[in-house]
Amino acid sequence: MNNTNQQRKQGIVTVVGIDRIGIIATVSAALAEYKLNIVDIRQTVMNEFFTMIMVVDLAQAAHTLKDLQSKLAEIGTEQNLQITLQSEEIFHVMHRI
Amino acid sequence: MSYSNQEILETLAMIQMENLDIRTVTMGIHIADCRRDSLQATLDELTKKITRYAGRHVQTCQTIEQELGIPIVNKRLSITPVALALPGFSSEEYVQIAVRLDQIAKDLGVDFVGGFSALVHKGFTNADHALIQALPEALSVTERVCASVSVASTRAGINMDAVELMGRIIRETAEKTGERFGIGAAKLVVFCNPVEDNPFMAGAFHGPSEPEVVVHVGVSGPGVVLAALKNHPDATFDEISEIIKRTAFKITRAGHLVGRIAAERLQVPFGIVDLSLAPTNAIGDSVAEILECMGLEHCGAHGTTAALALLNDAVKKGGAMATTSAGGLSGAFIPVSEDNGMIAAIEAGALSLAKLEAMTAVCSVGLDMIAVPGSTPAETLSALIADEMAIGMINKKTTAVRVIPVPGASVGDHVEFGGLLGRTPILEVSPFSSAKFMQRGGRIPAPIQSLTN
Repeated sequence: MNNTNQQRKQGIVTVVGIDRIGIIATVSAALAEYKLNIVDIRQTVMNEFFTMIMVVDLAQAAHTLKDLQSKLAEIGTEQNLQITLQSEEIFHVMHRI
Repeated sequence: MSYSNQEILETLAMIQMENLDIRTVTMGIHIADCRRDSLQATLDELTKKITRYAGRHVQTCQTIEQELGIPIVNKRLSITPVALALPGFSSEEYVQIAVRLDQIAKDLGVDFVGGFSALVHKGFTNADHALIQALPEALSVTERVCASVSVASTRAGINMDAVELMGRIIRETAEKTGERFGIGAAKLVVFCNPVEDNPFMAGAFHGPSEPEVVVHVGVSGPGVVLAALKNHPDATFDEISEIIKRTAFKITRAGHLVGRIAAERLQVPFGIVDLSLAPTNAIGDSVAEILECMGLEHCGAHGTTAALALLNDAVKKGGAMATTSAGGLSGAFIPVSEDNGMIAAIEAGALSLAKLEAMTAVCSVGLDMIAVPGSTPAETLSALIADEMAIGMINKKTTAVRVIPVPGASVGDHVEFGGLLGRTPILEVSPFSSAKFMQRGGRIPAPIQSLTN
C-alpha cells in the first residue's frame, strides 16, 4: 500500500525474551540486512527478561513495513524472542503534544 | 532517544496487556441517491455505490493496523437511514434491501453495516412504518445488518405510538431468532436523541446532515483506564479525574491518528473520533471494574452512579482535549453482556435493572445488551423503553435501549451470544403491568427548556 507517507520514516523495534548471548547481534544483523539504520538503542534486563528498544530509520528499508514485520517475527520465533516493529507515529501522538 | 523507555513501554502495555484497541473504523456513506424506480435497480445501485467507496476499506484498515501495531477490531459501514434514503418500498422489499446490505458487507469483509433505520421521534412516514414492520424478518435473515429506530428527542418529545410498537417488534425479532437466544434483538437499538456520526453498533447510521462519505473512528480502552487507576489506589476524586483525563487523552490521540491515516488513504474526509469506553469480555476490559476500582465492593452498590458520572465526564474532557474532532457518543458504555464486571455484579445480586437505569442518566448511552425473560410482555418492554427515553429527553442526552427478551429463558438462566456480544444472566423486570399505560397512544410532549430545576 501507500509507502510514500513522508511522516512515517522511523519505527520502534522492541525485543523481549530470556536473556542469553547474542540477542543484540542477531537482531542488529537482521536490521542491517534489511537496511534499517539503528538511530537509537536501549537495552536492559528485567527479572531475567532481556528488553531492548530501538528507534530505527525506515527511509532506506529494503522491504515494506509489513514484510519487515513478518521477517522480524520469523526471527523472533526461531530465537524464542518477541520482536515487534511499529511505526513511530503512534508513540508520537500518545506522548507528544 | 526521542521517547523514554517508560513512554514506549506504556504504549506497548496498553495495547498488549490492557486491551487498548481501535474498536472500529466506520465509513459513513450517503445512499439516498441510490433510489431507482424498481427494487432491483435500487439494489444494484446500492452495491455499486457502497463498493465504490468502501471497496478498499477493510484492506486499508488492516494495513494501518499492522503499521501502527494497534488492533482495529471491526471495520464497519454506516449508511443513511434506509427509511429516509430509500422510501416507497413495501416491508417485503425492505427485507430484500437488508439482505442485499448483508451481502455487500460480507463481500467487502466489513463486520457490520448500520443504518437499517427509521427516525420517527416526531411521527411516521409510510416508509418508516414499512421498514419497522420489516425488522423482525430482516434481522433474522441477516447477520451483519444493524438497525435503529429513533423514537424520542428533546425537541420533539416521545412518540409513544412508536415506543409501543417497538416493544412488539423487539419481542417478535427475538422470537424469530429464538434458536440463537433472540440475537436479532441485539442488533436493534431504540434511541432518544441519536447522534448522526456514531461509529458504534448497533446504533450507527450516516445522519442526514453528514457529508457524502466520511470516516469515523471509535476508540475503546476500559482496560487502560482501569490499569491506570489501579496504580493509584488512594487517589482523591480530583486525582482520579486527572488520571482518567490523561489516559483518555492518549487513547483519543491514537484514534485520531488512525482516523487521519485512514481518511487520507481512502481519500475520504475524516469525520470524528468517538472515545467510548466500550467493554469486552476480555479480562480487565470492564467499565464496572473501573467503578469498583474507585472503592465500590460491586458495581451497583450505592455510589455507582456518582462514580460513573465522574468517569464519563473525565473521559469526555480528556477526549475533547486530544482532538477537535471528538464526536459520536464519547463517554462510557455499560453494555451488560459485554462487561465481565457487570455480569459478576448481577450474579452477586448487586446490580439490578433499576440501578442500571439510574446509571444511564449519567453515562454515554443507555440500557444496553440487557437480557430479560422471553415471557416479558411487549408492553413491559415498551414501558421500559419509555422510561429510558424520558431520561434522555429531559436530560438532553442520547439514551438507548437494546434489550433482548430471550425466548424460553427466565430469571437466573444464562445466555451466551458469542463474539463481542458476550454472555449474561437474565435480568428481572418488574412483574407489574404497564399495559394500560402503553395503550394510550399519542406523544409525550417535548419538555420545557426553562425552569430547569
